[in-house]
Amino acid sequence: MSVVEIKNISKKYRIMRQKERYGTLRDTLINITKNPFRFFKNTILGNNTREEFWALKNINLDIKKGEAIGIIGANGAGKSTFLKIISRITFPTTGEIKIRGRVASLLEIGTGFHPELTGYENIFLNGAIMGMTKKEIKAKLNDIIKFAGIEKFIDTPVKRYSSGMYIRLAFSVAAHMEPDILIVDEVLAVGDVSFQKKCLGKMNEVAKKQGRTVLFVSHNMAAIQNLCERCILLENGMIKKRGKTDEIISYYLSQTNGNTTIGEYKHSKNDFLANDFVELISVKLTDQNGDISADFGSTEDIYMLIEYKIKKELSTLVIDADIKNEDGLTIFHSTDNDDGKLAGEKRVPGTYISRCQIPKSLLNTGKYFVGVGGGIPKIEQFFHAKNILSFNLRSTGGPTSVDSPRSGVVCPELKWETTLKMI
Amino acid sequence: MENLIIIKPQKRFSLQDLKEIWIYKELLYFFTWRDLKVRYKQTAIGVLWAIFRPFITMIIFSVFFGGLMKVPSDNIPYPIFVYVGLLFWQLFSASLSESSNSLVSSRAIFTKIYFPRLILPISSIIPHFVDFLIASIILIGMMFYYHFIPGLIGLLILPILILITLTMSCGLGIFLSAINVKYRDVPHILPFLIQTLMFVTPVIYPTSILQKYSWIMAINPMTGVIQTARAAILGTSSINWFLLLISGLICLTVLIFGIIYFKKTEKHFADLV
Repeated sequence: MSVVEIKNISKKYRIMRQKERYGTLRDTLINITKNPFRFFKNTILGNNTREEFWALKNINLDIKKGEAIGIIGANGAGKSTFLKIISRITFPTTGEIKIRGRVASLLEIGTGFHPELTGYENIFLNGAIMGMTKKEIKAKLNDIIKFAGIEKFIDTPVKRYSSGMYIRLAFSVAAHMEPDILIVDEVLAVGDVSFQKKCLGKMNEVAKKQGRTVLFVSHNMAAIQNLCERCILLENGMIKKRGKTDEIISYYLSQTNGNTTIGEYKHSKNDFLANDFVELISVKLTDQNGDISADFGSTEDIYMLIEYKIKKELSTLVIDADIKNEDGLTIFHSTDNDDGKLAGEKRVPGTYISRCQIPKSLLNTGKYFVGVGGGIPKIEQFFHAKNILSFNLRSTGGPTSVDSPRSGVVCPELKWETTLKMI
Repeated sequence: MENLIIIKPQKRFSLQDLKEIWIYKELLYFFTWRDLKVRYKQTAIGVLWAIFRPFITMIIFSVFFGGLMKVPSDNIPYPIFVYVGLLFWQLFSASLSESSNSLVSSRAIFTKIYFPRLILPISSIIPHFVDFLIASIILIGMMFYYHFIPGLIGLLILPILILITLTMSCGLGIFLSAINVKYRDVPHILPFLIQTLMFVTPVIYPTSILQKYSWIMAINPMTGVIQTARAAILGTSSINWFLLLISGLICLTVLIFGIIYFKKTEKHFADLV
């Protein structure tokens, strides 16, 4: 049985009206006197279509009990509007939604927290705003305080809290609601890494162990993958694709290569890298089948193809590449002459491709950035392009894990031998 | 299942809305409780402000209107005469301005979470009722000082007067708060409106000075309230039940109209505020 039935939901905004959101009575009166005909046409017959903007169009979705659904999409795709409509904050222009059960929407944590009130008082206020009864809050009070870890400061006004304490308390109240349907926006983006981990763990518990229905919007693909078995991709207010999370995320990531940093980098001529000897043409990341991708599994090899043109004959050209992680830390720096074979070799003019294999089970999960360079070591650097490509590595087995990420910048599969030494 | 929510484009006022407010009564309580708690935090004299405001106003009015301008007061000492009027007037004006601003000032909350929006203007008037009760202590003191003993009917009628005042400010507040979402002119107009209304309400003068035009004043429910309050507490005249009935009907009409307008515009609140 579906808990949420969404039929033909559309939401229209009038862009002109948006601009006039702080419109004053005076402006309206001036408009009437200036051009009475247009004013009445606009207010009575509605604005003309050019000023309309459909934030959502014909959304249909059925959500079954106990399902966790992820919603992904670029900024402005309509994710927030969608959640706002399901949360009953704003009304749809057309369509109907039927929801069976108690809804808790976390578009923000700590909604209604009052800085002058103590932590204890804010638990009650925030709980009530989110639809908990006083009785429920009282029953869970100790758990809430314990989870937030603020036992000592419970009688201090929250304006004296550190931002970390504030967020922990706010999330803790939200985490202890027991709704049938939980709607979560990008609230996990706040707080430090350990807090985010704690939140994800709690969300996981809510979704998987307690069997509640979850709708989750995030830009964090790993979190979505971890939590949701199904996913919908929104684009320009419409559902572009729906299905298994893995497929949707891969599709989404491969789609977004309109900006050059994902999948394939094409070098443009009027770049500062231009010189008379060597010119970079393109850099691609492919899987073993030669398909360009920006999303790889930890158990597959990644191939980096650097295409370049040599304009004048030269000797000992070395092409190099480096991979940095999200913190900007270089994971490794490798060259096509690491085995020494190319040293002193003459290179005739022409177009070359250097292919580098990044072996499977080497990198840890996460986002990586690729940079390439080319030159004669210690003599001349012809080109050096930093962070021109990015790719995502997700766990598909091996030592990396979805549930409990390994620490460490790399996650190689090493040989272990265990022998019994004595009894 | 026990809990079915239907979200549709159009939403008009229905009895369901009142039922929903009842379901959310605890939130109403918590908002009121918050306002009361926060109100006089970090003030030096705290809750005494509830007494000071009407008390100081009463002294100033007594000196200027009662003493210097010799405004008639139906043979009642002017201070207690004006204080009865001020007490009800301040209950009306303070709760009206607070509830008119309630939606805009709580936009951070209601653009993030759902609850019946009507709770905001309603909950913002209740703390002023508490202020009213506290300020009434001064009135009791003055009644002892000037030897006024109210009759039984007089005491029984007070809750009705309070109810009419709150209904009126609530109805008008609901209406203005909805307008305020789109037109931010409201906070500019309101102090002016309240001041003007005070002069056409018999706060500082008795209705008797208007003589044969006093019926026009009946349109203003606060006239009925203040006149009846004086009749009940100070015995200025006999209670005019007809006037009271008109006041009651008018404030009910305002409330219903306010709620209907509020519900009609509610669907744009989150998009416009």
